[in-house]
Amino acid sequence: MIRFERVSKRYPNGREALTDLSFEVGAGEMVFLTGRSGAGKSSVLKLIALLERPTRGQVTVNGDNTSRLPLRRVPQFRRGLGVVFQDHRLLMDRPVFDNVALPLIVADSAFRDIEKRVRAALDQVGLLGKERVAPLELSVGEQQRVCIARAIVSKPPLLLADEPTGNLDATLAAEVMGLFRRFSAVGVTVVVATHDLPLVRATGLREIELDDGRLGAPADDIGGHVDGHVDGHVDG
Amino acid sequence: MAMLMAMLMASVSNWSARHGHALVSTIGHLARHGLATLLTVSVMGLALALPLALDVLVRNVRNATGDFSGSVGLSVYFKPEVPEAKARQLTRIAAERTGVASATLITASEALAEFRAQSGFGAALDSLPDNPLPNVLTLRPTPDAASPSQLDALRSYLLAWPEVDSVQLDRDWVLRLGAILELLRRVTLIAAVLLAAGVIAVIGNTIRLEILNRREEIEVTKLVGGTNGFVRRPFLYAGVCYGGLAGLVGWGVVAIAQASLAPVTLRLAAAYGSAFRLAGPTLPDLGSLLVGGMLLGWLGAWIAASRQLSAIEPRSV
Repeated sequence: MIRFERVSKRYPNGREALTDLSFEVGAGEMVFLTGRSGAGKSSVLKLIALLERPTRGQVTVNGDNTSRLPLRRVPQFRRGLGVVFQDHRLLMDRPVFDNVALPLIVADSAFRDIEKRVRAALDQVGLLGKERVAPLELSVGEQQRVCIARAIVSKPPLLLADEPTGNLDATLAAEVMGLFRRFSAVGVTVVVATHDLPLVRATGLREIELDDGRLGAPADDIGGHVDGHVDGHVDG
Repeated sequence: MAMLMAMLMASVSNWSARHGHALVSTIGHLARHGLATLLTVSVMGLALALPLALDVLVRNVRNATGDFSGSVGLSVYFKPEVPEAKARQLTRIAAERTGVASATLITASEALAEFRAQSGFGAALDSLPDNPLPNVLTLRPTPDAASPSQLDALRSYLLAWPEVDSVQLDRDWVLRLGAILELLRRVTLIAAVLLAAGVIAVIGNTIRLEILNRREEIEVTKLVGGTNGFVRRPFLYAGVCYGGLAGLVGWGVVAIAQASLAPVTLRLAAAYGSAFRLAGPTLPDLGSLLVGGMLLGWLGAWIAASRQLSAIEPRSV
């Protein structure tokens, strides 16, 4: 589903965020992107979501080589992936329904389908009945789940999540991870960038650890590394 | 075939649904920001009102002078040897010609009597052996036949009569009036072009601010796969709504101005013995102002949106 081949990314300010990075994520797989702040997790997600293109190397997502995709096909490409943000980025002046429906409206779905699918998505995250509520009236955990509903409403084959549990307490975080695992179980490829290593370990799933833009050693080989990650973390 | 029809129907209904969605959400947005919308629409409405007011003014001046064109006329001097009976006969012929509103004969003896009464040269005139004045026919054209070229044609026609000595034409006045009206018309045109550019600028700026305000929403929309066209659509609708409302306001302003001036004008005209009435903006004016405003709104929004939207790309996941 996702293949990075010797990918380097250098930003206009000269900072090299990724260096010669290669990895692969299979269809239906759920993996974690870990590493300290600035290690390149965000850059990897940006390259996958086609917010950026690699400086060198090749990124293939869902069969598309992102370097070769013309601009006019980018919107179509992005409809094939759902994104969950740490700060959820909901439109605060619209009710929950409008927020969740956005990917469907953008894709010109028929109106009678939209209501059905929005309700199905809200049902999956346990928020059925909150369609008319304004996001501001919801708790942080609920807002995050609305964001997840928006990411999955169009049933994309690929789900990206950037620190989805960053603002949640342990119980809510575990709940959200449970949701992702359920999507993965039905064939959705899930990539979660996080620094919440205990949570990652608890799942027992594959971890792609980044260290200064390169693949790092698997975190469980290095004793005491885990605490260093969590303590030194200031996510921006 | 049936499937093709079904697909076509579905795409038509999707098309109307998504445009309906954009329109409804745009109107909702404008209504939620009532004061800002009101201010923008007022500025643009006044800008549209000015050229319309000038145009209505030109039309009224034209009407008024059409009314006064009674005073534009031709004086036809018959040769001295033409007898009064012949002059009367020719007067009847001239009166029946199309484009002639009235034909009045002032006979030589009437003219002499009038001159005697008004000039005070009575005694001197009595000493003349016979009346030196000719029979004179005065013609007044109908308003639609009062253009310089039409009057010229009428003059040539009359000069061709063997009984006619000369024809005097009040042409300078008509020419001057025509030139003034033409000047006013061009001033209106220039004002319209300048103010249209102003309207585009106002709308463009409003939409630009709007886009900046909704940057977050635009980024999210693009991130979930919204095309530039999709993101631009509500802004184009906003421009069209602003323009349409501004057209309505512009027409309303001129209509109110006309309504408040009409009674005064009527009294003034009555004092001059004229039946002139101040005409207001018409329904076709409303139509063209609405359509014009919408087009300008669309154009301004399109320019602003095209420049801005492609620059807004999601920066972070």
